[in-house]
Amino acid sequence: MSVRVRVPTPLRKFTNGADEVAAQGGNVKALVDDLEKTYPGIKDRICDETGKVRRFVNVYVNGDDIRFLQNLETALKEGDNISIVPAIAGGH
Amino acid sequence: MSFVIGLQCRECGQEYPQAPLHVCENCFGPLEIQYDYEGIKKSISREKIASRDRNLWRYRELLPIDGEPRAGLYSGYTPLVRAHRLGDALGVKEFYVKDDSVNHPSFSYKDRVVSVAISKAMEFGFKTVSCASTGNLANSVAAHAAKAGLDCYVFIPDGLEQGKIIGSAIYGPKTVAIKGNYDDVNRLCSEIGDKYGWAFVNVNLRPYYSEGAKTHGFEVVEQLGWKLPQHIVVASAGGTILPKLAKGFKELIKVGLAEDTGCKIYSAQAAGCAPIINALHKGTDLVSPVKPNTIASSIAIGNPAGGYYVIQAVRESGGWGESVTDEEILDGIKLLARTEGIFTEPAGGTEVAVTKKLIEQGRIPRHESIVISITGNGYKTLEAVAKSVERPYTINATLQNFDELFHQLEPNAGVKALAS
Repeated sequence: MSVRVRVPTPLRKFTNGADEVAAQGGNVKALVDDLEKTYPGIKDRICDETGKVRRFVNVYVNGDDIRFLQNLETALKEGDNISIVPAIAGGH
Repeated sequence: MSFVIGLQCRECGQEYPQAPLHVCENCFGPLEIQYDYEGIKKSISREKIASRDRNLWRYRELLPIDGEPRAGLYSGYTPLVRAHRLGDALGVKEFYVKDDSVNHPSFSYKDRVVSVAISKAMEFGFKTVSCASTGNLANSVAAHAAKAGLDCYVFIPDGLEQGKIIGSAIYGPKTVAIKGNYDDVNRLCSEIGDKYGWAFVNVNLRPYYSEGAKTHGFEVVEQLGWKLPQHIVVASAGGTILPKLAKGFKELIKVGLAEDTGCKIYSAQAAGCAPIINALHKGTDLVSPVKPNTIASSIAIGNPAGGYYVIQAVRESGGWGESVTDEEILDGIKLLARTEGIFTEPAGGTEVAVTKKLIEQGRIPRHESIVISITGNGYKTLEAVAKSVERPYTINATLQNFDELFHQLEPNAGVKALAS
């Protein structure tokens, strides 16, 4: 099962510059582990030492913030679109 | 001359040279401008500032540009209104309204942050400027881009008030309405900024942009005779202005322009979108996102990037925060209009209503100086109040018709004045 992951600029040094990569995983946690296998070092940037998604990282599944879903346990299915986006932005 | 040293991550301390960069590559934390405060202290003085033009660049040593300002030469230095009648209505002694609803050129506090961002974008050599916005920011970016001769794209959620859509379109940007709320717009813009290499004022230029918000606080202090107010109330949306007010006050103390007499800072949110107040009241600094549902569209940000820093700054100052219902917000707008003759948007009504609540709760003492920061203009959001104001009385053009109406309206008034 494969999903597409949008990679933000600060993480592209891990993906050889690719802004989108394919990865596997039944849920977001498994997806992050799979990314780590292919792109060693990337997990540390997404998750803190306790394994939770970092304060300033937002992860979206098909446009929905995983904090509105089941966080790292959010289930994934074939063809889902995942975005990893720095949280620091915005004004109004 | 510039006193900027570079950028530094607020979380992990990693340093970076000046660049259009907004997040730390290590931990995704926000980047802050570092200044040479010793150098600024030697160079700046109250007299020097007083001798300068009345715009936000009068505090230029504390702003992150290298050369001469290129935008916002007429922005900032808005009135600090001594609000006797609103103070009386709220039962407090010393009350002020910092009125950014009349900021130049687009009538909101955003003209401050955009002035700095556009100046910086030009220093970096960008040709296209852009933003994700709930309206006010788009208005400001479009106006400043027109004046600077830059290409401009603005991204807004669909379903915004007409005044805010037309208030951008008139300046000739490409306006893109995204099906979704502000948080959807913001997420998309982060991705577009990466791909297209544009200056997104509130994304990749955010460290520079957000510094402009300090000038709101600088002006309050200067206008109070270089004294900090004892209490200041400001609305929180994405979480830019409140932490920057706190930072600005600290800087004024650090460079010797003001004394550290303490200023408690209070955050105001609409009950229909109060992720920051929820966290503050729960005693946590973990801001859980919410789906916004309020008439206060300009502060309807359910996933505030700077929420954590708002809570930190509020707590550190000894302040607090409250949220109010849409009904209270409308009452707040009317109260400000009918006591001070200032027409603000729902974000401002939120501040008035929250201030009232905090005073009634005893959180803000009645005998100390209080400033509320009015950040936006009511003429842009007429829809929000249209149903809650009186409709005009329609009559025929005869004196008799008016006499009848007047008698209905003022049954106890004599008609003597009419005869004289």
